[in-house]
Amino acid sequence: MTILTYLVAYCGTAILIVAVAIRILMWSRMPMHVRWELYPVAHEGAKASYGGSYLEESEWWTKPRHFSLWGELSAMVPEILFLVALKEHNPKLWSRSFPFHFGLYLVAGCTILMAVAGVLGAWLPGVMAGPVGTVIRALIPVIGHAGLVLGLVGAAGLLQRRRQRPLRDYSAPMDTVNLVFFVAAFSLALVTAVTVDRRFAAVSELVSNLVTFNVAPLSGAGAQVVMPSASAILLAMLAAYIPLTHMSHFVGKYFAYHAIRWADEPNLRGGKQEKVIEDLLNQPVSWSAPHIRGDGTKTWLDVATEDPER
Amino acid sequence: MKKPGSLRDIARKQGQPLAQVTPADQVPLPPPFDRIDEEPPIRPLSDAARAKYAVLDDTIAVNIERPKTGEEERAMVDAFLSGLEKLFTVEDNWTFLQPLEMSMEHCARCQTCSEACHIFEESGSNELYRPTYRSEILRRIYFKYVKKASPLVHGDIDLNWETVARLIELSYRCNLCRRCAQTCPIGVDNALLSREIRKIASQEMGIAPRELHKDGSVLQLAVGSSTGMTPLVVKDNIEFIDEDTAERTGISVKTPWDVVGADILLIHNAGEIMSWPENPGAFATVFEAAGLSWTMSSEIAAYDAINYGVWYDDVQFARVAVHHAAAARKLGVKKIVIGECGHAHKALTVIADRVLTGDLNIPRESGIVLLRDIVRSGKIAFDKSRNDFPVTLHDPCNMVRLMGIVAPQREIIDSVVPKGRFREMAPHGVDNYCCGGGSGFAIMSGHNFADWRHHLTGRRKFRQILEVFQDEPMTRDHPKYVCAPCSNCKGQIRDIITYYDAWEKAGIFYGGLVELMVNAMVDAKPGFIDWEWH
Repeated sequence: MTILTYLVAYCGTAILIVAVAIRILMWSRMPMHVRWELYPVAHEGAKASYGGSYLEESEWWTKPRHFSLWGELSAMVPEILFLVALKEHNPKLWSRSFPFHFGLYLVAGCTILMAVAGVLGAWLPGVMAGPVGTVIRALIPVIGHAGLVLGLVGAAGLLQRRRQRPLRDYSAPMDTVNLVFFVAAFSLALVTAVTVDRRFAAVSELVSNLVTFNVAPLSGAGAQVVMPSASAILLAMLAAYIPLTHMSHFVGKYFAYHAIRWADEPNLRGGKQEKVIEDLLNQPVSWSAPHIRGDGTKTWLDVATEDPER
Repeated sequence: MKKPGSLRDIARKQGQPLAQVTPADQVPLPPPFDRIDEEPPIRPLSDAARAKYAVLDDTIAVNIERPKTGEEERAMVDAFLSGLEKLFTVEDNWTFLQPLEMSMEHCARCQTCSEACHIFEESGSNELYRPTYRSEILRRIYFKYVKKASPLVHGDIDLNWETVARLIELSYRCNLCRRCAQTCPIGVDNALLSREIRKIASQEMGIAPRELHKDGSVLQLAVGSSTGMTPLVVKDNIEFIDEDTAERTGISVKTPWDVVGADILLIHNAGEIMSWPENPGAFATVFEAAGLSWTMSSEIAAYDAINYGVWYDDVQFARVAVHHAAAARKLGVKKIVIGECGHAHKALTVIADRVLTGDLNIPRESGIVLLRDIVRSGKIAFDKSRNDFPVTLHDPCNMVRLMGIVAPQREIIDSVVPKGRFREMAPHGVDNYCCGGGSGFAIMSGHNFADWRHHLTGRRKFRQILEVFQDEPMTRDHPKYVCAPCSNCKGQIRDIITYYDAWEKAGIFYGGLVELMVNAMVDAKPGFIDWEWH
């Protein structure tokens, strides 16, 4: 059980990190596309309050662009934490989705706290023995319990909603399986936390061992070891699974906003975009319709400057 | 109401409509059009059309002929799959690859977008018109037949010629207004997917509505304008408009043509020249009064700002954009200014921004912004009392939600309309509803498509117009002005007012923005807006 727990935990974490990294690389390496922004664009500053843009300015290309980082942050942070778009446009679903997502954040936060405690305990034991350690140890079970309860309630709510029309009609079997996976993993973790590991001591010990690469058996015996280990295995498998599915939208959403919805950077003559565009215009075209007759050798530049139907 | 029972119905019930909407299925309009039994009916599709073309619902936009042999059926499916595959390559679709992948990968099927769609809502929530209905079918076809993924993961769908033909038809049941995309918590864009389906049909299969392709972008590239106007004809028409405008305003104007070295190349939607000549006449009056250095171009395609490719075909889009920019380059102007046409604004200013490079990369600016600057400059004196009638403003999606041009048109109205006479629709600005003519619908009226359009796509805007004027007497002798600074929107609003006879029955009139300016010009004779139904 000990070896299996550590193996799955390490593998799960590695797959999560690698899969997320691959997703980030995939989205960031995609070719430039034509502009397709959607207003309001958060970094427009004061204009963002009503959805305005720099295109409201005459001769905008002669003026410096104002980029409001605060505008982006004040849109992104509430969106990430509280799912404000969903609350505004689909409050029924938000009542399930918000606890689910916030529960996930808290569980992730709790795990990070346990990892920090493990690192500090190994390399700066004095810190963990002092008030900082006391606060961290007090926070871990509070955040952990809250996260598991919210996550479970949210996942169960989403599962119930997923089985109703119209969502059911648009879902694949795996959409249901995904939510069942969450419900199972959170249920086991919550039962473990409520019955044998109320102070999160066992799971903290496990995380501490993981971050210090100390593959040692957990303290205690029977259910005190088996249940935290089983919970950790299931949660690690879930962590590895998420980025392999469309649930990786936490990565995609960043690019959906920054690379598409808010991507209003103009292509100024002689600017950095022109070279990229010229390269793209030299891509071969193979569209077969009579008005294009792309043969794989003609480029976008060729087809944009000819008209075979004339 | 007839509606599909499931996504898989798209491949079933061959030759039968999957959906039919009648006025009885719809929420009544506000008074005086609140009697469902007095609504004009949606005329049924003819039996001949049903027999000849693929049938999706109770209308036809694209005219896809039914294959005659099994071989033709297979060829249609193969061509669609071939196009679908090309959509996901950098070479053939760098233009939209990232937005496409994003929308294909990350939809949570939460249906948050549905209530944002005016077509779905006004259809009485008919499943066929749910924004995700077509998106999910496209997604399932892609993952099952191109990526060969398990239907357990991405859902199952059957693929036959009817699926392909109906999906293409269904892509023309969306206004591409992107209101649904605005509400998506993840950033999925169903309108984009509609457009990508249209691209497969046009760019790979050679299938597109005649009004957009053969009579649209092809005609524009061949003779200069989708209206059929040649350079000679357009110059003649503008000369007549100049004379007529001078007679109406008492201010002499002469539109300059092909002036090398002018500051501004003004491009109108040529539909204005044909259907609303007071609009280019008003532009010329204001530009001359402001003392601008400007010109129009008689080069092929450069006197018609339309770019229908923006609705269905990236190649046709690029060709028209290059023509527009090349005309500006030839004249050596400092900037291109686009008249009151929403899709032309977005096409040339935003989308073509990553198509035009080097000496074709000539700055583009909205005509609304320039008009706002003229108002601010104080070069023209306005008498607001000449516009002493109720006014509301329609926000063209392309100009507002998709470009962020929101405040200038309001600033102009504030300067030429008396306080208390202007009222906003609800919602407005970037949350506006499409006029119902978006994505080419305003110029599409084959079979009974116009009936379908008025009852489904244009109904929400008409509802908004009626709602915003409810505190005014709804009679012919109490005229009310819907300001629509976009040629396509104006065409759609004209059509729906005509359909419900709302000018005669409720005194609802429509027009552009620059007309309100000239109507209030102190130096012009009063009465530029003549309240005559054209």
